[in-house]
Amino acid sequence: MTTPEINDVAQAEQGTSLWRDAWLRLRRNRLAVLGLTVLLLFIFIAAVTPWIAPYDYAQQDLELGAAPPSAAHWLGTDIFGRDLLTQIMFGGRISLAVGFIATAVALLIGVTWGAIAGYMGGRVDAVMMRLVDIIYALPFMIFIVLLMVVFGRNMLLLFLAIGAVEWLTMARIMRSQVQSLRQQEFVEAAISLGLPTAAIIRRHLIPNALGPIIVYTTLTIPSVMLLEAFLSFLGLGVQPPETSWGLLISYGAESMEEYPWLLVFPGLALTLTLFSLNFLGDGLRDALDVRGAKD
Amino acid sequence: MWRFIGSRLLQAIPVLLVVITVTFFLIRVAPGGPFDSEKAVVPEVKAALEAQYRLNLTLFQQYTAYLGDLSHGDLGPSFKYPGRSVNELIAAGFPVTAELALYALLVALVIGVIAGVLASLKPNTAQDYIPMSVAMIGICMPSLLLGPILILVFGVYLDWLPVSGWGDSPGDKVLPAITLGAAYAAYIARLSRAGMLEVMSQDYIRTARAKGLPEWQVVSRHALRGGMIPVVAFLGPAFAGLLSGSFVVETIFQIPGLGRFYVQAAFNRDYTMILGSTVFLATLIVVFNLLSDILAAWMNPRLRNQLRAQ
Amino acid sequence: MRFGVLKFLCIVLTCLALLACGRGESNVVQGNRDGILHFGNGAEPQGLDPHVVTGIPESLIINALFEGLTVKNPHTLESEPGVAQRWDISDDGLTITFHLNPQAKWSNGDLMTAEDYVWSWWRALNPAMGNQYGYMLYPLKNAEDFATGKIQDFSDVGVKAVDEHTLQVKLNTPTPYFIQLMDHHSTFALHRPTIEKHGKATDRFTPWTRVENIVSNGAFRLKDWQLNRRLSVEKSDTYWDRDRVKLNGIVFYPTENIASEERMFRVEQLHYTQTIPLEKIPVYRAMEDSPYANAPYLGTYYYLLNINEPPLDDVRVRQALSMALDRERLNNTVLHKSNVPAYSITPPGTLGYWPPKVFDHNIEAARKLLAEAGYPDGKGWPGLELTYNTSESHLKIAVALQQMWKDALNIDITLTNQEWKVYLDSVDQMDFQMARRGWIGDYVDPNNFLDLFLCDGGNNSTGFCDPDYDKLIQHQAPQAKSRAERYAIFHQAETRLMEQMPIIPIYTYTSNHLIHPSVQGLPPNLMDYVNFRYIWLDKNQEVVE
Repeated sequence: MTTPEINDVAQAEQGTSLWRDAWLRLRRNRLAVLGLTVLLLFIFIAAVTPWIAPYDYAQQDLELGAAPPSAAHWLGTDIFGRDLLTQIMFGGRISLAVGFIATAVALLIGVTWGAIAGYMGGRVDAVMMRLVDIIYALPFMIFIVLLMVVFGRNMLLLFLAIGAVEWLTMARIMRSQVQSLRQQEFVEAAISLGLPTAAIIRRHLIPNALGPIIVYTTLTIPSVMLLEAFLSFLGLGVQPPETSWGLLISYGAESMEEYPWLLVFPGLALTLTLFSLNFLGDGLRDALDVRGAKD
Repeated sequence: MWRFIGSRLLQAIPVLLVVITVTFFLIRVAPGGPFDSEKAVVPEVKAALEAQYRLNLTLFQQYTAYLGDLSHGDLGPSFKYPGRSVNELIAAGFPVTAELALYALLVALVIGVIAGVLASLKPNTAQDYIPMSVAMIGICMPSLLLGPILILVFGVYLDWLPVSGWGDSPGDKVLPAITLGAAYAAYIARLSRAGMLEVMSQDYIRTARAKGLPEWQVVSRHALRGGMIPVVAFLGPAFAGLLSGSFVVETIFQIPGLGRFYVQAAFNRDYTMILGSTVFLATLIVVFNLLSDILAAWMNPRLRNQLRAQ
Repeated sequence: MRFGVLKFLCIVLTCLALLACGRGESNVVQGNRDGILHFGNGAEPQGLDPHVVTGIPESLIINALFEGLTVKNPHTLESEPGVAQRWDISDDGLTITFHLNPQAKWSNGDLMTAEDYVWSWWRALNPAMGNQYGYMLYPLKNAEDFATGKIQDFSDVGVKAVDEHTLQVKLNTPTPYFIQLMDHHSTFALHRPTIEKHGKATDRFTPWTRVENIVSNGAFRLKDWQLNRRLSVEKSDTYWDRDRVKLNGIVFYPTENIASEERMFRVEQLHYTQTIPLEKIPVYRAMEDSPYANAPYLGTYYYLLNINEPPLDDVRVRQALSMALDRERLNNTVLHKSNVPAYSITPPGTLGYWPPKVFDHNIEAARKLLAEAGYPDGKGWPGLELTYNTSESHLKIAVALQQMWKDALNIDITLTNQEWKVYLDSVDQMDFQMARRGWIGDYVDPNNFLDLFLCDGGNNSTGFCDPDYDKLIQHQAPQAKSRAERYAIFHQAETRLMEQMPIIPIYTYTSNHLIHPSVQGLPPNLMDYVNFRYIWLDKNQEVVE
């Protein structure tokens, strides 16, 4: 054989890493790519909002009041005459931040907790999961209300409070995943090889449990954003003059019959973001599924 | 198996105790008391009120007294609704919420499982994308949004269904159940799709196919069992979530359920009602999680054998 | 399998369509035929014991179930005979003798006696009861001392049963509005045997108000009470004036969600709503024969100022804040012209009293005052926090005013919303700088508003204390010989008050209801008082749109 042909064959057999495989697979999923694109677009807009927003978001025009979309106000105005597009842009910054940060908090705590509990089994598992049960059974409303009330309302606390509630289900799912995985041969092999527990958890269990975890994470971000909407609805979340999509939607829902644009546009923004996150999450799940690659 | 259940039940008691204690003291930390009202309360009157509700005792004395009542199953009188005991309020509100949650769970399961299974059979095709997108509407539209829209379309414009109440007019349970269940439909769709996909790539499925079984039998007889494990594990948290998350739907549709009572109690600092509902819900959640765990363990053949061996 | 799903959907849709056919008649149509009024009542009632409850939803139901010595005419707001057929006031104004109607009965057939009132007022004033409205009876001689535990013997209090049907009342000072107090639920008589049968007389949570136990004396009787769903009453056949009562029953709905309530009204599930969402006001106004009823209401919406806290300790700052606001503009835009701008604490026209207008909307003057106080053009302004209780409408007003202050004076105001109990606590502890407040009158008299700002006024919450003001209200006004003289004294006092500006009045309340055209005998009035005896339903007025 000539040298170029040897090179060709060698290249054809060049191994690819798990993640590169996954990325190639993801690219093939058109919906996921669409979702990723929209998401990145929204994040970008949110980042540069202070420079590109058409109006000052506190600027009122009381006489105008709530007006439908027009040339001056592309998406219409709210009851104070404030430009809705501006409101949505600034609101997006807060909503996206809450979504990602709170979810990250939840993910970190939940995965670690659940993995340890599921792997260790026995008494360690019992204690850890009892703790989960206890916190789970704490009336969520009271917990959040009290936290917000006693310690004042600020954004950081909001992130922590929401994250602190969301990690619980993550832990349970991770634990049940790890429990099933623990029975698998490759884990027994790793144990007999003498790998330390932490390494087993980190290198074998977590990556293999990643499928449902990623799925659940992409479900958590939307659920967190909706949680924020719910809290804002009660006046406990984002406080005016800050705004968020959740706040905008709850205001819009009040007067949706008379001023539908106040509900439709923020609703559209949130819905699009959530759809994007979900398509992306789906795509990631398929892309990262080691077993599924056997086909 | 019974040792498993027994030990879990025993573990539940300290859980409940901690829940009660933490809630009790947490509530008292929050500012605002049950008898604050817009017209200032004369000090003597306030003192009399506090005496009647045992608020003049030390915190610890109140706590022990409450535990004593609790052992008789007496959750105390409501602060906000004098003349009504907490037991009564819960008895009035819970069946409604439970019914709503049940219907919502049914809606969620039907839509979710069908969508998820369909999608998992032909991944990355139209049969995958369409059902999953429809199921996804539930989590992409909050009930704050979905509820009012359903009301407008079906209640006001088309005038097909009632816009409020529960059990007062026929069909008034439909819209609330759909609104509440829609979100969970998406979760269940996801979980069943993910579960099915994992199971379908397992060896024993290949074996079943190699044996020549028709595809639908492969799916229903062999794959579903394993594929539904994540869904079953989720049932506990799902029902718990439905029970406590029903507040928004109950408010929009004016449903006299426990969720609404409960959140109002928080805002009204109705101490006994908050505590009582917490104890009640906590007990339920613990029981549900236990049942859910048992079911999930039972459906996983390996764990089941492990449990049997205990 | 795909077709299976489609089939399922078809079945569901068909079911929905069938449901549509079986809808049945609306509450309004059915109610008009049977004489049942479907009434949107706001919140679920806390209870039905007149000595325990404090809210408006409760008082409406209690007014249907019970009757006081007097009753208000909903058209004129004058006091009419209730349980008392007539009454005599002594020349010195200190003794009132009520002559009870011998036909007045309890719902179980027992006859009412004057002793019922003596016992009931003992309960109302008893410190152990914890009655938050006990102060309504304070005009009685020694009542306040008994309620605060200074005296133990109730026979020292100025109320006595002269005989079975004669009740004699002695007052501390002449109180022209005392007769009005007799139609407030806190002064109603209660049935002693029933209450004592179900527990101690001063226990707050006995089951005496349950459907199966309750005994009342009003035009209606409690029929059914489903928590958080509805409360139904039916016409009483023992009520002395039953021939005049035209309704056969009333159903009270706990309609907390106002958007929901409006929808219920629109699909004819309600005859009457407690309120109306702001954005619907222009829509209803534009209708011909609009069901929208908007009338002045005896209350003021204002912001409390904590005058002990800088920068509010400088009267010029307070005046500047008040003058910088364009209340007309707020009312015309955000509030859709549904209220009346206010410049004082007492609503204009309160029983013929017109409050002083000590200032007006004047940005130039406001800016000058602020500069004099040390913050020219907002420079050096330390910030100011506005506290309000969570509510859509309070938020809307706060946001608009926040911007007005920014535009006019270039100062920053931060908004803090707190949920109800926390907010009440903050106001009570004076833990605020500026706080939103509303005060609804319990009886139609300027005194009800002006005595808020006495030095030891429990609802003062501003730190305002002026001994001369106290003297005018507490000593001089009660001694006045004529209404004109009394009002002149009030005018003087209110001028003193508003010059110091311990509050920023925003608007005078109005009552806003949606009332189905078939409802007759429910005229709007200053107290938003509903007298169910006068109401009847006209079947011929069915079509709304």
